Amino acid sequence: MTYKLSLTELSKGLRDKEYSSVELVRSFLDRIDAHQPTLNAMVTILREPALASAQAADRDLAAGRGGPLTGLPIVHKDLFCTEGVLTTCGSHMLDNFVSPYDATVVAKLKSAGAITLAKANMDEFAMGSSNETSYFGPVRNPWNTDLVPGGSSGGSAAAVAARLTPAATATDTGGSIRQPAALCGVTGFKPTYGRVSRYGLIAFASSLDQGGVITSTAADAALIMREMSGFDPNDSTSVDMPVPDYVAGLDAPLAGLKIGLLKEFFDKGLDAENEKRIREALAVYERLGATLKEVSLPNLPLSVPAYYVVAPAECSSNLARFDGVRFGHRAKDPRDLMDLYKRSRGEGFGAEVKRRIMTGTYVLSAGYYDAYYLKAQKVRQLIAADFKRAFSEVDVLMGPTTPTAAFPIGAKTSDPITMYLNDIYTIGANLAGLPAMSIPCGFTGGLPVGLQIVGPHFSEGKLLNAAHVFQRETDWHTKVPEAFA
Amino acid sequence: MHEILDGAQRRTTEWVALDPLESWAQPMAIWAQPMTWETVIGLEIHAQLATKSKIFSGSATAYGAPPNAQANLVDLGYPGVLPVLNGEAVRMAVKFGLSIGARIARHSVFARKNYFYPDLPKGYQISQYELPVVANGSIDIVLDDGSVKRVGVTRAHLEEDAGKSLHEGLPGVSGIDLNRAGTPLVEIVSEPEMRSAKEAVAYMKKVHTLVRYLEICDGNMQEGSFRCDANVSVRKKGAEKFGTRAEIKNLNSFRFVEKAINYEVARQIDLIESGGTVKQETRLYDPDKGETRSMRSKEEANDYRYFPDPDLLPVELDDKFVETVRSTLPELPDQKAVRFSSEYGLSAYDAGVLTASRELADYYEAVVRSVPAEPKLAANWVMGELAAALNKDGLEVGSGKLPAAQLAGLLKRIADQTISGKIAKEVFEAMWATGATADAIIEEKGLKQITDTSAIEKAIDEVMAKNPGQLADFRSGKDKLFGFFVGQVMKATGGKANPAQLNELLKKKLPG
Repeated sequence: MTYKLSLTELSKGLRDKEYSSVELVRSFLDRIDAHQPTLNAMVTILREPALASAQAADRDLAAGRGGPLTGLPIVHKDLFCTEGVLTTCGSHMLDNFVSPYDATVVAKLKSAGAITLAKANMDEFAMGSSNETSYFGPVRNPWNTDLVPGGSSGGSAAAVAARLTPAATATDTGGSIRQPAALCGVTGFKPTYGRVSRYGLIAFASSLDQGGVITSTAADAALIMREMSGFDPNDSTSVDMPVPDYVAGLDAPLAGLKIGLLKEFFDKGLDAENEKRIREALAVYERLGATLKEVSLPNLPLSVPAYYVVAPAECSSNLARFDGVRFGHRAKDPRDLMDLYKRSRGEGFGAEVKRRIMTGTYVLSAGYYDAYYLKAQKVRQLIAADFKRAFSEVDVLMGPTTPTAAFPIGAKTSDPITMYLNDIYTIGANLAGLPAMSIPCGFTGGLPVGLQIVGPHFSEGKLLNAAHVFQRETDWHTKVPEAFA
Repeated sequence: MHEILDGAQRRTTEWVALDPLESWAQPMAIWAQPMTWETVIGLEIHAQLATKSKIFSGSATAYGAPPNAQANLVDLGYPGVLPVLNGEAVRMAVKFGLSIGARIARHSVFARKNYFYPDLPKGYQISQYELPVVANGSIDIVLDDGSVKRVGVTRAHLEEDAGKSLHEGLPGVSGIDLNRAGTPLVEIVSEPEMRSAKEAVAYMKKVHTLVRYLEICDGNMQEGSFRCDANVSVRKKGAEKFGTRAEIKNLNSFRFVEKAINYEVARQIDLIESGGTVKQETRLYDPDKGETRSMRSKEEANDYRYFPDPDLLPVELDDKFVETVRSTLPELPDQKAVRFSSEYGLSAYDAGVLTASRELADYYEAVVRSVPAEPKLAANWVMGELAAALNKDGLEVGSGKLPAAQLAGLLKRIADQTISGKIAKEVFEAMWATGATADAIIEEKGLKQITDTSAIEKAIDEVMAKNPGQLADFRSGKDKLFGFFVGQVMKATGGKANPAQLNELLKKKLPG
């Protein structure tokens, strides 16, 4: 039953020699294999290399060597480059791409001793909120396999929820960690923009993308974030600030914590049952000595339109490198250069990616730049200023992660706008570059509900502390869907 | 855009306004007044910065490596990689900006210029658009009449170079070499203030001189380290609005710049005079045919969709950085020329020639240090014999051939009258050919000038004795024969008699 344990507990078990890394890794690999046909959470499963690494880890552990994560299994979202391993980004465009290098996140976790079990399925190029845009087929929600797991880090969230891995890396551009974490009933953590290196993370929207982690507990997220974070000379936008010991600060008391309730989050779009679970969670915080205060971010309703200008604009440029010339999908027998470009890209990208490339190309075009891109950037500044004002009054903001619980596969694919509105509560933190997380806080109709916590820049420690203390008081994070228990 | 329409309209109006009965005469009237057109030229110069590594990656920038040997994952635009700015490139651009009295932006931004081409791996070029690092400078050029013209430099911005597409020797396919991709460039954009191909060349040469003085670019035009695009238009003299311009791409020699512009100006005037209009387009110069031809029209031009590169932070420079760079500026060509004029008594022209390259100026000054009393003599020899010999052998000053000390050794012997200027040319030739010192050659060939009065007198006496007829004629008033006697004595002394002494002694002796 080791698979039900948290990463923190597994770490202790390994050190206490209750089981070996090989045993641990094999048990998770077996679960991955067993549930792959149902969940489709992975793109690539790395059984042999993972077992070889586990053997080495056992030698290190026996010799008293190794790092803080030695012998512990992890899964990487398939947009983190992994040396010598297929890195597909959920796309036909890269279904033959074997990365020649490790992303900084991958290298850091590797050097801390973590063992990569598999690469997780995801929405194509991280564009999607339901994991239905993946070239490798949709991932299914472990709580009900007719439903979506959320996206774009749907594979990571479903895998942790079904306990196929104790932890999985993920990325969050507009909610891609928090939304699937909420829909799958797990803990999803997105740090401040710049806290984690983007080097080797295949870019969707560079000014919004941020790597983070999905785990079952906040304490596990702290453990991983402590290793993942930090300045990277290969990423000019990473921040050169010391990384605090997030684990050490987990148990700080919450008495006096000022929690802001975002008025705009409790709007008419929020499902009534979801709202009840959120209010119940807030009551827990009040019992713990925190105070609640309603705050308003008047420009927040503009976040979705602003996001759907900025993100596609950057994506249209970021994805230009996939041209069939040097790597990735290349059209067969091109007649000429234009044919090579058109067919390689036309065949390689899926519909949602194409939609965003076209939107982005449009908003950057001569004559439209000022009306769209520039205006969206101004809105972004206004939203950031709103948050700053709010944080002068409260320590953290809390509210729902999503308007509703998980929805059926196929329910929203025909209407992109409905799909985009799924991110209405999460996008603000990306536009302002703020750390944010989602933790499980109950169920509605048998489906998990996520509580979102947003903090000021570099308040990772405070968020993890607030989440951890909540998880000491509640057991929502320990729930495992019956079919996987 | 409306500028172009206005131009077209204005021309149309002019033609329509003609009296139909007289219209046949109009072209002739224009032919009879060829000076009614004014040429307007602006240059965009691309200078490759002499950094060791690329502008956004750690790859080497050295020229001539096997294809793609100097392209790493960043240069190849691999998924997930990110650019990191090379601070040295910024320092060099700032150095250039300071040398032209420009404003150094304390806040500048890299932007993406988006277009598809196989030698552009990321599908965008990282450049600077709205906020360049250098703006509003100027460069002085000397015109044919000796007057100085100031040409405005609108901006100079940093950007990365693209790679190269290779077609030769690859039947049926195109190869791509990304060694050059990511090489740092500074693009120097002038105001449209040049009025002839000659001015454009003078400006380009001045920029070339400057970047080499600053040691920020090797200036090698064959390897493409220094090249330019020329924006050329013509308008009626006195007209306020510019004509429609054509942009001639990738000119990589001064000669091509001059020829391409002259061709383009003639083409545009011919076109307009025969009733056509100039199209805004990009043209290529074909040096074999000596003509420009259309590459793509404005309609086919890319919409580059510039936007700030989110992978790079804005470049923030403080005063301290700018002042530190300023303290590294060498003496600039204009300053050096002024000093040469005042310190060495040279004409503005000579000072200009001698400071055209830092190597030449340094060479000249090294010569002068050895013969401090003869700066003009040194200037004449450096610009005359030395320049001619270098040119003939296709060498550059500073190539090691005939070091300054050696030329100085020769000039010393002219100065102390060991040899005459004429003999010195013979010695120079021998020095150039053998590499021996002046003194060794003078000694070996016995070229030492005769300054001993009694020896010269003896030679004069002998010549007078041999030519009694001419002597008599001279004495009876044929003054022209003086030259005959100079020649005879020189012949007798093998050209070594000191000419001044010889003159004096002859004046004394011939009249009897």
